[in-house]
Amino acid sequence: MEPAADDLVFALPAAMRQEIIDHARQESPRECCGLISGVKEHARRLYRLTNLAVGNSLYEIDPREIYELEFREMPNHGTEVLAIYHSHPASPAYPSATDLALAFWPEAYYLICSLVDPVAPEIRGFRLAEGRVREATILFEEYCG
Amino acid sequence: MVTDGAVHVLIPTPLRRFTAGEAKVVSAGATVNELLDNLGAGFPGLGERLRDDDGQIRRFVNIFVNGSNIRELQGADSPLHAGDEVGIIPAMAGGR
Ligand SMILES: [Zn+2]
Repeated sequence: MEPAADDLVFALPAAMRQEIIDHARQESPRECCGLISGVKEHARRLYRLTNLAVGNSLYEIDPREIYELEFREMPNHGTEVLAIYHSHPASPAYPSATDLALAFWPEAYYLICSLVDPVAPEIRGFRLAEGRVREATILFEEYCG
Repeated sequence: MVTDGAVHVLIPTPLRRFTAGEAKVVSAGATVNELLDNLGAGFPGLGERLRDDDGQIRRFVNIFVNGSNIRELQGADSPLHAGDEVGIIPAMAGGR
């Protein structure tokens, strides 16, 4: 595994970290999913989204929800997709082969929340592009507005 | 060159590298397939992202016409009319 890339640092507000963990726990054993909008590298808003995939080992965000966010909601707020999150209810917080094969948003951070340790969920973040995994350093911080 | 049948195409962030950063482009076509032909010709590299080598729209590419997913319309044969708004959404998907 490659070490975290020096140039990839993602500041995740503490409230959003908690929201992802809450979402993952509520959906388990299914995978939860959603996205975080932002301005440049600053997280602005978290959206819980619908996982249309069948079963417990895949996620596919409802494309209609992405359409509304990408072409209506986020342009209206001057934001863009900053991060896409999903959960791994029973596997580590590291991109699977499927995650890598289906990564079509190379400018976004892919956040993965693992519930392998139920009392200590782990969130890690990555850039996934051209078959390559690059880990980001996540700074868990208080909301900075 | 677009005359009658002009269609507005919403380009998602990850595909804007093929449209010189433009979030919306104007193209044309009587069907989604024709529109994709024109987009592929006008924006090198974009066509391959949307359709596979057999010309089928990729499983993890979603295309909307005036807000309706073409998989709930007539797929690639869905008709287009002047002034329609077509949006392209690559999947956000994966697994464990
Ligand atoms: Zn995954």
